[in-house]
Amino acid sequence: MKTILVPVKMVLDSNARPRVRTDESGIDLSGMRMSINPFCEIAVEEALRLKEAGLAEEVVVVSIGPAKAQETLRQALAMGADRATLIEIDETVEPLAVAKLLRAVVGEEQPDLVLLGKQAIDDDCNQTGQMLAALLGWPQATFASAVRFEDGRLLVTREIDAGLQRLSLPLPAVVTTDLRLNEPRHCALPNIMKARKKPLKIGAPADYGVDIGRRLKILAVRPPAGRKSGIRVATASELVGDLRAAGIV
Amino acid sequence: MTTLLIADHDNRMLSDATARALSALGAIDDAVHVLVAGHQAGPVAGQAAKLRGVGRVLLADDEALAHGLAEPVAVLVLSLAGGYRVIAAPATSGGKDVLPRVAALLDVMQVSDVVRVVSPDTFERPVYAGNAVAVVQSTDEKKLLTIRTSAFSAAGVGDVAVPVEEVRVPDGVWQARFDGETLSSSDRPDLASARIVVSGGRALGSAEKFQEVLGPLAERLHAAIGASRAAVDAGYAANDLQVGQTGKVVAPDLYIALGISGAIQHLAGMKDAKVIVAINKDEDAPIFQVADYGIVGDLFEIVPELEKALG
Repeated sequence: MKTILVPVKMVLDSNARPRVRTDESGIDLSGMRMSINPFCEIAVEEALRLKEAGLAEEVVVVSIGPAKAQETLRQALAMGADRATLIEIDETVEPLAVAKLLRAVVGEEQPDLVLLGKQAIDDDCNQTGQMLAALLGWPQATFASAVRFEDGRLLVTREIDAGLQRLSLPLPAVVTTDLRLNEPRHCALPNIMKARKKPLKIGAPADYGVDIGRRLKILAVRPPAGRKSGIRVATASELVGDLRAAGIV
Repeated sequence: MTTLLIADHDNRMLSDATARALSALGAIDDAVHVLVAGHQAGPVAGQAAKLRGVGRVLLADDEALAHGLAEPVAVLVLSLAGGYRVIAAPATSGGKDVLPRVAALLDVMQVSDVVRVVSPDTFERPVYAGNAVAVVQSTDEKKLLTIRTSAFSAAGVGDVAVPVEEVRVPDGVWQARFDGETLSSSDRPDLASARIVVSGGRALGSAEKFQEVLGPLAERLHAAIGASRAAVDAGYAANDLQVGQTGKVVAPDLYIALGISGAIQHLAGMKDAKVIVAINKDEDAPIFQVADYGIVGDLFEIVPELEKALG
């Protein structure tokens, strides 16, 4: 493989508790810690492992998001990616429009493989990889827990509801990552310093000729229904008594 | 308004997920068309034809559809799409794989994980691991939806079977090739639809202990077994048992969490259970904030007592 393209997204850190705005307009992200989406970090790691195994020449990362998403790209560069592109936009972009922008980036970069997270942990859509594969007419392997590259084909193990499924794909292809694909590396300080000098190109959606207008109107974002507080019981037999009384067992 | 539901099945049995998705769509259409794409899947079509709320079953039988791979299924759905205003699938691993591919080819922005149909164009869906619920209105002419099945009860079986019509997969070159599978076999109820789920976390300590502690209790309660991400990552349980934001989402009548701390990603997968029981030795574990009944203590002592008390 020559190039692996890894799209990455900046999201609210997985340990932060989202604050729903009282006017129901969305989640208040001001002052919150932002991080690389965990599934995207796994995708970067997998691309780097393929490169380090001599199976790919370069790893290019791309993000679509606000100026601050440069930090996410710098993190991917510190992990070992070679180059980065930010398509800068402040508004959130829906997966369909993201897929269209990525199709344009694929046209520029001509990667053999697009490796990306199966889902972003903010909008939880789980769509972008599949949509990109469709727009490109490429095969897809979603929810990957193992990826090998042999004799010009990708052998992907997928996590499915009933267990594991193995697919064999020709290149070019789209693969989306699941949690157990790998454990991403930590960035050493010298690599973080080095990453500052790696090329990071900044563009705008208009440069790619893609209409990113929203198709879904968000009418409200509300907190979920709360659960009423429960009780502590001291022993197992007390618990069974309560469950029986409530008709549950 | 005509609605097409892509059935979830294994060529022998229609899954409970399909019947649940069907009842979600009942708010939009009372005669949903169900597409069974598979190989030698005639029995599945027969089962679908008897579900209440189904108007017609479309059966596509082709070797290329045997494993539900995204490319041929998407092309098949696309070939039928012209006649439908709504195209939906349960949010199973199959539905999540295929439907966005169809959506992109139709230039439609999909609504994922619908938990409530507000009106034919407006839906509720969880975001941020269920820490918020978004109300979204689709402005696309066609609506493409995946349905979070735990939010809906299964449609019932009626007395009459609607007609089954055969449809053909358009010719095509399918690039991804099926190369084998390792399916979990279990006599226990299906995790996604079980009435009771017994779930274990990292505190179990090993795959052997996980089985030893959870097995008999699940047996006694006729429960499905689930696991936290930590337990799956540690190799105590298979990946298809993971409950959480990106694993399976369950809403059983009773969820028993054993040695699970309750990270928000796990809570996202089970907090809609009717009754939650938590057993954990850390009294500050977040799982207790959502539990209806909590016992602070050593699960290795409490679980055997629990089995004894159940008799």
